[in-house]
Amino acid sequence: MSLRKFITNKTTAALAVLLTVFANTSVFAQDAAAGAAAAPKVDMGEVYKSVIFYVLIFLAVCLFIAIIGKSIRVYELSREAQGKPVGINWNRVHASLFALFLVLGLYGVYWEYTVHGAMLLPDAASEHGKKIDEMFNLTLIITTIVFVVTHILLFGFSYIYKYSAKRKAYYYPHNNTIEKIWTIVPALVLTVLVLMGFLTWRSIFFKVEDPNNKPLQIEVTSEQFKWSIRYPGADGVVGAKNYKLTTATNPLGIDFKDLNSRDDEMADEMVIPVGKPVKLILTSKDVIHSFYMPHFRVQLNTVPGMRTFFEFTPTKTTAEMQQETNDPNFKYLFFCAKICGAGHYNMQKVVRVVSEADYKAWIAEQKTYLNDDLRKQFNLPVAPAPVKAVADSAATDSAAAKTNQMALNK
Amino acid sequence: MSTIALHDEHNHDHADHGHHKETLISKYIFSMDHKMIAKQFLITGIIMAVIAMGLSILFRIQLAWPDKNFPFLETFLGKWAEGGRIKADFYLALVTIHGTIMVFFVLTAGLSGTFSNLLIPLQIGARDMASPFLNMLSYWFFFMACVIMMSSFFIQTGPASGGWTVYPPLSVVAKAMPGSGLGMTLWLISMVLFVASSLMGGINYVSTILNMRTKGMDLWKMPLPIWAFFLTAILGILSFPVLVAGVVLMIFDRSFGTSFYLSDIVMGTDILPNEGGSPILWQHLFWFLGHPEVYIVIMPALGISSEVISVNSRKPIFGYHAMVYSLIGITVLSFIVWGHHMFVTGMNPLLGGVFMITTLIIAVPSAVKTFNYLATLWRGNIRFTPAMLFAIGLVSFFISGGLTGIFLGNASLDINLHDTYFVVAHFHLVMGSAAIFGMLAGVYHWFPKMFGKMMNAKLGYLHFWLTFIAAYLVFFPLHFLGLDGVPRRYYAFTEFEFMKKWLTVNVFVTWAAIMAALAQVAFLFNFFYSIFKGKVSPQNPWEANTLEWTAPVEHLHGNWPGEIPTVYRWPYDYSKPGHDADFIPQTVPFSQTMSSNLPHDFEGNAEAEKIQQEWELANPVAENKG
Repeated sequence: MSLRKFITNKTTAALAVLLTVFANTSVFAQDAAAGAAAAPKVDMGEVYKSVIFYVLIFLAVCLFIAIIGKSIRVYELSREAQGKPVGINWNRVHASLFALFLVLGLYGVYWEYTVHGAMLLPDAASEHGKKIDEMFNLTLIITTIVFVVTHILLFGFSYIYKYSAKRKAYYYPHNNTIEKIWTIVPALVLTVLVLMGFLTWRSIFFKVEDPNNKPLQIEVTSEQFKWSIRYPGADGVVGAKNYKLTTATNPLGIDFKDLNSRDDEMADEMVIPVGKPVKLILTSKDVIHSFYMPHFRVQLNTVPGMRTFFEFTPTKTTAEMQQETNDPNFKYLFFCAKICGAGHYNMQKVVRVVSEADYKAWIAEQKTYLNDDLRKQFNLPVAPAPVKAVADSAATDSAAAKTNQMALNK
Repeated sequence: MSTIALHDEHNHDHADHGHHKETLISKYIFSMDHKMIAKQFLITGIIMAVIAMGLSILFRIQLAWPDKNFPFLETFLGKWAEGGRIKADFYLALVTIHGTIMVFFVLTAGLSGTFSNLLIPLQIGARDMASPFLNMLSYWFFFMACVIMMSSFFIQTGPASGGWTVYPPLSVVAKAMPGSGLGMTLWLISMVLFVASSLMGGINYVSTILNMRTKGMDLWKMPLPIWAFFLTAILGILSFPVLVAGVVLMIFDRSFGTSFYLSDIVMGTDILPNEGGSPILWQHLFWFLGHPEVYIVIMPALGISSEVISVNSRKPIFGYHAMVYSLIGITVLSFIVWGHHMFVTGMNPLLGGVFMITTLIIAVPSAVKTFNYLATLWRGNIRFTPAMLFAIGLVSFFISGGLTGIFLGNASLDINLHDTYFVVAHFHLVMGSAAIFGMLAGVYHWFPKMFGKMMNAKLGYLHFWLTFIAAYLVFFPLHFLGLDGVPRRYYAFTEFEFMKKWLTVNVFVTWAAIMAALAQVAFLFNFFYSIFKGKVSPQNPWEANTLEWTAPVEHLHGNWPGEIPTVYRWPYDYSKPGHDADFIPQTVPFSQTMSSNLPHDFEGNAEAEKIQQEWELANPVAENKG
């Protein structure tokens, strides 16, 4: 009824016609102009920026819908006038639309799974990641089955049991047996998922340290909007920090009174040896960030005032992954996943997984956090400068580190 | 109770309403009539929903075309979109306020506030709420909360922008982002008012349901929406105060230099004096409310859809008791699952395992509800009213979004999915779209009760199909972004090589979102037009059993002229065999429906059973018919 009044109103109609004409002609005019002026002079971009253009399109669509509504009404009234029963059986229309939606929807889901599903992360590049992937696949299979079956039932019932004046619905208020079954079956399936999830979770966070294969400690500190990486140096232990020591020259607040800190090294990227466990020590200077390394299925928030730990073992080198993904530019990354301010969307660092030998060569070239300025600040003797430069093998490096440390201990 | 008795008397005295003079202000503004307050909640909720939807379109534009300029944005947003490009800080503000408005103002106040207020007195047979004055205050506190929240768009530093969960220290340290200045203070004030509002509402709902049911309306004869509102109100009463506690501590941290949430913080090289607090504390307090909150959002929607599906399938809801018990199960469990939001926040991993178990258990009652909906549709005689369409849409979203919850509730899987677009897709389906669809189903279904007019059904059909399709087009692809490791709340995808392949998907999603937003114009037009020009509603437009359809179409203070009707049966006697019509209202005594009575109906009342047996012996034909 409302539509009818709206349409029969002469002013509205006239206005609508004018609008359609105007909208159309302006589009055509633009097209013509674009054709005539041979492209470069006409900035078509403006047309798309113009809000009015879109408003007009929208109004035209509204008009179109109103016309359809009006014609449906006319059709229904004429049926009524002829004494025929109903114009449009809307129950049948919706039932069919649900059936159509089911078919198209299932196809859409299939398309999503195959097309977008093929664009996802490659297989996990860490030991625990494989377990997570297995867990994921199992859950995906179960949920997909439930998803498809319940939707077939939902839209199928909507299609089959559409309204008919001849029929009466089946009075069926309850059936305790059926209800028990569909309480217990989901409960059992979920028990399986819970158990597997629980065991996986335990295996990730409650690791027994193998004394022969001690994890490599790496500390990562987040701040708005960057990451700082600290390698433990020759002693294999990341030294103490105290936020109160933070200065422009000591941005992480490392406490160099702690001997473990003195050989700690800084790095621009995270380089880790393949097949060796890595223990991440995560902290934050300012707000909460999240250390997210999706290829390794690693994520943990970095929280100011506390240290969090994540241990994982990379299983594929960057080069292997480049081959596997057929992408010579492939890089492992870690980035921030917890809202932390304006620069949240660009807070990343590269991770390189390399062979043990490559790692040793690389780590030997990294500089320590402790420099001459800091030595002065902490009243430490300034070390004989170029000890490090000579070192080129791991052995001499650790020897150098030792001399270095001895120098510091004086 | 005295108020109620008073109303009763007056309605006896004057058959027409208005025992005290109603002015414009007392009728439309500071009204104490639950029906008017429901309308106030609804219209405020709709306005807030339109605003929040508009905000989402703004940030969707940014995500789809991160390197294009839109001069009209500068026209509207001024310095926050200089050169027609939304700034990163403002992007986060948009996301934050979109979430806050949708979760609290639309899906809590707009949904619970509207339908609890409208339906509780009408469906249980009461003249009004237990405390009409508190009810009025509840609306006005909510209104003030909305105004204060919106006012933060008009201050120099902009609205709060630390995400709707406002995790400290980001939200506490003003230097961390501009939104953590005055905008955050306003957010906190608004939230305190909002919680006060929802508590006043909740206490009212609970006391009304417990004390003011009409004769014969025992708890197991209550329609399912009432059960849902009742349990929702209990959830709110028990969990919202915890949020206030958290908020007060945060106000102290922000304004009075305490250190509840802060410790060891260095902004650049500026060492803050706070020591000894923990940011994790806020997360515990917040999610202790925050998780029940998502059930506060979805349970009323489930209650509404139970009613709508039953009425329009012309069938009793399948497993009424199971539906109630699963609601109770959800209510109880929802208090012990909050930690699943914190699996990777540095919380003790031992807790992660425990919370995973409780979280996945909550899937069981949810599954029962879903299967019961399906069983209700089975062999029904389904009328596709606009309300029914939305209720079916709700079931679909509840399934799709619920299933992805099984991934996220699993701590091991959550490691890689936490804070990615997978989470965004999950909760937008299960609590965003599903709850909004429940709300829309309720609006279409009870519009005749609220305004005495019918909405245009065809515009409703159009509205449903456009919204339903668009919502899936928006949220389904987002799962895959999450599975590829794209974090949420990213201002642009331009800085990462691997995210660039999702730019086209983002454009597609934005167009779908715009389509969904435009489809709401059909609803808004229909809603406001029908208030004034809609067809006048018949007494019982959907041929439903519940009490509200026995109240006169013309509203009157006190709901029923004369006595409140007595209730004799449960609300779901649809298509009962042996009865000529396919519905039997709750007010029809069994003595009038001898041909359709079942032994079960008498609940062990021996005398009634005897009478029924005698009648059946005397009328053998009727039994054959049944």
